[in-house]
Amino acid sequence: MSLIQIGNVKAKKNKIPTLAKPFAVITFIGFLFLAVIFFQPLLKLKLINFGNWASLTLSLGLIVFGSLGWIYYNFANTIPGIKHNNIFFNSTMRRGLIGWSFGILITGFYIVLYFYEKFKAWGIPPLLDSLIQTVNPLSLLLSGQNADRWFLYGTFYTMAVLIMGVRMLLKYRHNRYQQIRTLSVMFFQLGFAFLIPAFLKAIKQPEFYFTYFWPLKPDYLFPWGVKNLTGKGSVGMFMICWGIVMTFIATPVLTYFFGKRWYCSWVCGCGGLAETLGDPFRQNSDKSEKAWILERWLIHSVLLAIIFITILLWTNDYFGRSILGGFTYTAKEWYGFYIGAIFSGVIGVGFYPILGSRVWCRFGCPMAAILGILQRSFSKFRITVNGDQCISCGNCSTYCEMGIDVRAYAQRGENIVRSSCVGCGVCAAVCPRGVLALENGPRKIGRFTGSNKNPLAIIKDSLLNREIYSESKKQYSEK
Amino acid sequence: MASNNLVIIGNGIAGITTALEYRKLNPESKITVISGESQYFYSRTALMYIFMGHMEFENTIPYPPDFWKKQKIDLVFDWVEKVDTNSKILKLKNTDNIFYDKLVLATGSISNKFGWPGQDLDGVQGLYSLQDLELLEKNVLNAKKAIIVGGGLIGIELAEMLHSRGIHVTFLIRENLYWNSVLPDEESKLVVHAIKSEHFDLIRKTNLKEIVDNGNGRVSGIITEFDQKIECDFVGLTPGVSPNVSIAKDSNLPIKKGYLVNKYLETEITDIYACGDCAEIVKDDGTSKIWPLWYTGKMHGEVLAQTLSGNKTEFKMGVFFNSAKFLDLEYQTYGDVFRDRIGEKHHYWQSEDKNHSLRLVEKEGVLIGVNVMGIRYRHRVCEDWIKNKLTIKKVLTLLEDANFDPEFSKKFEPEIINKFRGAL
Repeated sequence: MSLIQIGNVKAKKNKIPTLAKPFAVITFIGFLFLAVIFFQPLLKLKLINFGNWASLTLSLGLIVFGSLGWIYYNFANTIPGIKHNNIFFNSTMRRGLIGWSFGILITGFYIVLYFYEKFKAWGIPPLLDSLIQTVNPLSLLLSGQNADRWFLYGTFYTMAVLIMGVRMLLKYRHNRYQQIRTLSVMFFQLGFAFLIPAFLKAIKQPEFYFTYFWPLKPDYLFPWGVKNLTGKGSVGMFMICWGIVMTFIATPVLTYFFGKRWYCSWVCGCGGLAETLGDPFRQNSDKSEKAWILERWLIHSVLLAIIFITILLWTNDYFGRSILGGFTYTAKEWYGFYIGAIFSGVIGVGFYPILGSRVWCRFGCPMAAILGILQRSFSKFRITVNGDQCISCGNCSTYCEMGIDVRAYAQRGENIVRSSCVGCGVCAAVCPRGVLALENGPRKIGRFTGSNKNPLAIIKDSLLNREIYSESKKQYSEK
Repeated sequence: MASNNLVIIGNGIAGITTALEYRKLNPESKITVISGESQYFYSRTALMYIFMGHMEFENTIPYPPDFWKKQKIDLVFDWVEKVDTNSKILKLKNTDNIFYDKLVLATGSISNKFGWPGQDLDGVQGLYSLQDLELLEKNVLNAKKAIIVGGGLIGIELAEMLHSRGIHVTFLIRENLYWNSVLPDEESKLVVHAIKSEHFDLIRKTNLKEIVDNGNGRVSGIITEFDQKIECDFVGLTPGVSPNVSIAKDSNLPIKKGYLVNKYLETEITDIYACGDCAEIVKDDGTSKIWPLWYTGKMHGEVLAQTLSGNKTEFKMGVFFNSAKFLDLEYQTYGDVFRDRIGEKHHYWQSEDKNHSLRLVEKEGVLIGVNVMGIRYRHRVCEDWIKNKLTIKKVLTLLEDANFDPEFSKKFEPEIINKFRGAL
């Protein structure tokens, strides 16, 4: 872009605190154990006897212990404040060799996870079996049942949220909004997405995730999902009601008062992973106008698709599956695979180090689409800009995981009301001049400088790309 | 169209704001912005973040490259060497001459150097431009110990930058406390506390005598006015900035320290204007003032665009405001906060951990200034208090309205109100 070449001279590595070093070794040993357990069936070796508490402690136990110690001692002697030094020179965080390797590793894991059955059918050795065996003692303890691959996935997922959540707590120990929000996602992941489902299994009740609703978890309002629960007595009835209430009542009400953040950066498991494991990668989100246009087409298309599929399924169900036959089933399977597995899992998480932490939330999640429409048209939430204090430095836009060009609004003193904003509050935290703050205020004051549009007009403008045009035009034609 | 060709020298915040605001008022006019520093407008205040790896250069550009085409603003990437005011021609270093109808000088500042022996050695520099940043990358490659001469806002930024590369920093300041020419003692002490927390050294009340050559044209240390020698392999000179008037010499443009302009930002030469850091505004009483701030640069641009479009508008500061960040300590100021002025009463509070403070300045019974550190306050609210001449008593009843900290932050206002009420 420019002829000026700066910031590309290799920065000196930050000194690793002495006390942190042994924990790096411990973490490494844990991963080594895990790797041996993973590879030994493939190599037809038997070095470690897995499936017992000892091997679980030596692998995942050491990883948890080591990484927590590493994180703690890396922050222990720093002064509280924004610590973003050298992020753009860092191989992990800035799409270097380590970043790419990490991305490939997670992507690989998701592929093995989602294609587990297919791999079996194709005669490829079941890659995850030894790992599933390894977490079996934990599964037996929590639910009294043998672990399956989803339990393995849940264990890894929860570990990531908790360990990297501790990192967020230490990184933002000067910022209580960040701390409380992080504790919230850690709580909901551990309790509602890990322990409670296991407990339900233990007491022979249907496995249910109280923090996921239609349309993010479409099964909960699909005919077969509902019917599955109706047969499960009062607990099942409660779960059906919970799902309906959360989708149709709690969602609009909470979004009215707090914006979509009540869900996306406080409760949701996908958001929880993005805010913890994904935090080191947030600067990699695409800030271009093209990405914004793509975002709006994709996310609304996915929303329409899932609404369409849900209606089809119920219609077909109503007519005793006579009118559409196998088509609805195909549509549901198609959605489950391409959107549920490939988009939200493989791309959404696997590409964290490359595309940033919120790819699924920004481009795909139908729940985020609904919350976004509500946030933009019918909510008290906004990011307030503090007078004329903006210095256009760009920290806010750079660290926005949703790729919002926050600065574009801040530098002209305009409050930010964007449907995609998940309210993580990092723009406000990184601002060196105290220009930004998340607020719930009066709906008609300070949200839109111009008109207060109705939801349909906003969606239409959004899809027709009118908003960008009118906003940039506004900037240069009006005062 | 002939009389409509606006040429602006300098693509910093003042020049660019002039261009963008002028475009709003004149959709068809030809606008050209010339800069030899950078092809595109970038945020000068973000230079430090590029060096520290918080951002890349691309992130500091507020408008994407194609934006300028859409706005029909021509960018010329070259240095201006001379202005021929008679024939209205600009002579450029590498490219063809440019004709102008109206000319805006927005050339910014240069770092001060006070003629110290050794000030031009390798490893000695100020920090203002992209070129300075490039030079800094080279200068600190193998540096371990740095001395920063002059304790201002750029000095502390440079210290933070060097610290991020593991270079030890020693400040050499003239005053007893940091930035004490501007900050009252208490706030200055908080900055000193922040500096000490990062284990920087601070040599106070000491002037620089000379910078020592290592024999190969590179710095090996400094000598203070007390003949104390301190070894180092880098010296940052940050004793403030002065208007960049380098093209005035061959161009007979009216200068004193900066380009002399009236309150409408007009020079005495018809169709030539100046704004931002480089403008020295002569007031009606004959005194003059330079505003070397980001915010005033932006305001100059807005005002000048009006004047250039035929709506003659005066630059008025209104209620002064500014902000900065000293390492992890944020600072905002509103209105007039000066040290030791007769007839003013200061109400000051600070937290025990020395990370938060608030100062209200009272004159003739009403609020005239606010200093706040480690807490964020609302610009518009503070401005309204000062504009409307609220009494301190009234301000205390409204104090919580001004708080702009993130949700759930600890609120210090009850403690502050308690303390200040006691002193009323």
